[in-house]
Amino acid sequence: MAWTRDQMCERAALELEDGFYVNLGIGMPTLVANYIPESMTVTFQSENGMLGMGPFPLDNEVDADLINAGKQTITELPESVYFDSATSFAMIRGGHIDLSILGALQVAQNGDLANWMIPGKMVKGMGGAMDLVAGVRRVIVLMDHNAKDGSPKLLKECDLPLTGAGVVDTVITDLGLFEIKGGQLYLSELAPNTSLDEIRDRTEAEFVQ
Amino acid sequence: MSESKKVFSDAKSALDGLLSDGMTILAGGFGLCGIPEHMIVAIRESGVQNLTVASNNCGIDDFGLGLLLQTKQIKKMISSYVGENKLFEEQFLNGDLELEFNPQGTLAERCRAGGAGIPAFYTKTGVGTVIADGKETRDFDGEIYLMERALTGDLAIVTAWKGDKAGNLVFRKTARNFNAPMATAGKVCIVEVEQLMEVGEIEPDQIHLPGIYVDRIFEGQNFEKRIERRTIRET
Repeated sequence: MAWTRDQMCERAALELEDGFYVNLGIGMPTLVANYIPESMTVTFQSENGMLGMGPFPLDNEVDADLINAGKQTITELPESVYFDSATSFAMIRGGHIDLSILGALQVAQNGDLANWMIPGKMVKGMGGAMDLVAGVRRVIVLMDHNAKDGSPKLLKECDLPLTGAGVVDTVITDLGLFEIKGGQLYLSELAPNTSLDEIRDRTEAEFVQ
Repeated sequence: MSESKKVFSDAKSALDGLLSDGMTILAGGFGLCGIPEHMIVAIRESGVQNLTVASNNCGIDDFGLGLLLQTKQIKKMISSYVGENKLFEEQFLNGDLELEFNPQGTLAERCRAGGAGIPAFYTKTGVGTVIADGKETRDFDGEIYLMERALTGDLAIVTAWKGDKAGNLVFRKTARNFNAPMATAGKVCIVEVEQLMEVGEIEPDQIHLPGIYVDRIFEGQNFEKRIERRTIRET
């Protein structure tokens, strides 16, 4: 086994910097918040209208007026601030959020991202994902290297409908860390107990080491 | 001061004379948070048909806008994320319900622009995706942007925490969401509040939305405020 899900999140957390404003996607990306060093101040944005997201509430703290973008109940922090949806996406679209960490169905070697729909299945919608990848300064994708059926997710071209074109900067999978610069995919780190041959075997995209 | 003209006793009286078949309604809220729950029930009881509803989501089967799906009063939804309810999927797959997806920020900005007298705007959101199909694009300083049209509605139905009799509003926590931009983009805006205050009881500097946008206001009784995903920690 290469990186576990926890180790992937831990690796993603190393990309955070003191003072960053960060938006975490639903699912595995949310867990990255558990690996932030105590010495570091990172402010989490929730696109439904909050900066300074706190942890889940205790049973007696639950407040119907306080939820995150995944509609889970959350809490506020002393530094929290609330705003409306237009203001929230103005800060996203305007490039004021430093980093977004998202899940993906497919990523292409040029940074194209597909994570919102599978044709033929019920489409639930893109929510704020298209705005986030278009506006946030740096986009990290956190995903399994292969789909459940073993098919590659890092591709030459996405065949699913795109969330954004050329928007991904970094991809962290269970096998390693990739960076996309100038439309080219680079393998920057290999997870432990993973060989280059294994990555080549399980990747469709062309990458440079 | 025309404050008394804005105040109504309940959802039914506040909606009186404003509903018509085929109209477009902007409905505030995110998930079930900050939704105009009393007005949704009153719209259901009115029996108005063929509605186009712009709302980030479409409620759940038995609460929020899902109540209007049960009665098939909605013809078309404009949303960023739906399908938290089985009825939605069923009606959509049957072809009984039209759906227009808008990226969440684009939906919010379309309303903001609509209320601010801006007919269209350019955004990077959706460039190179199906959202861009059929839309005008333009190069600004070497980057491609997509033109999106403003959105207005015949009626905006929104929720606030406190409001005074002149319609000045204060929202609470993340229940603000789409309520503020949508309130500005309705030809008529009705607000349901948890607490109706006298004019002057809210500090002018603390008002989130000026009453100029609000045509009618009423105090809702016994808000249910259902929670979609109650998530807690143990310690």
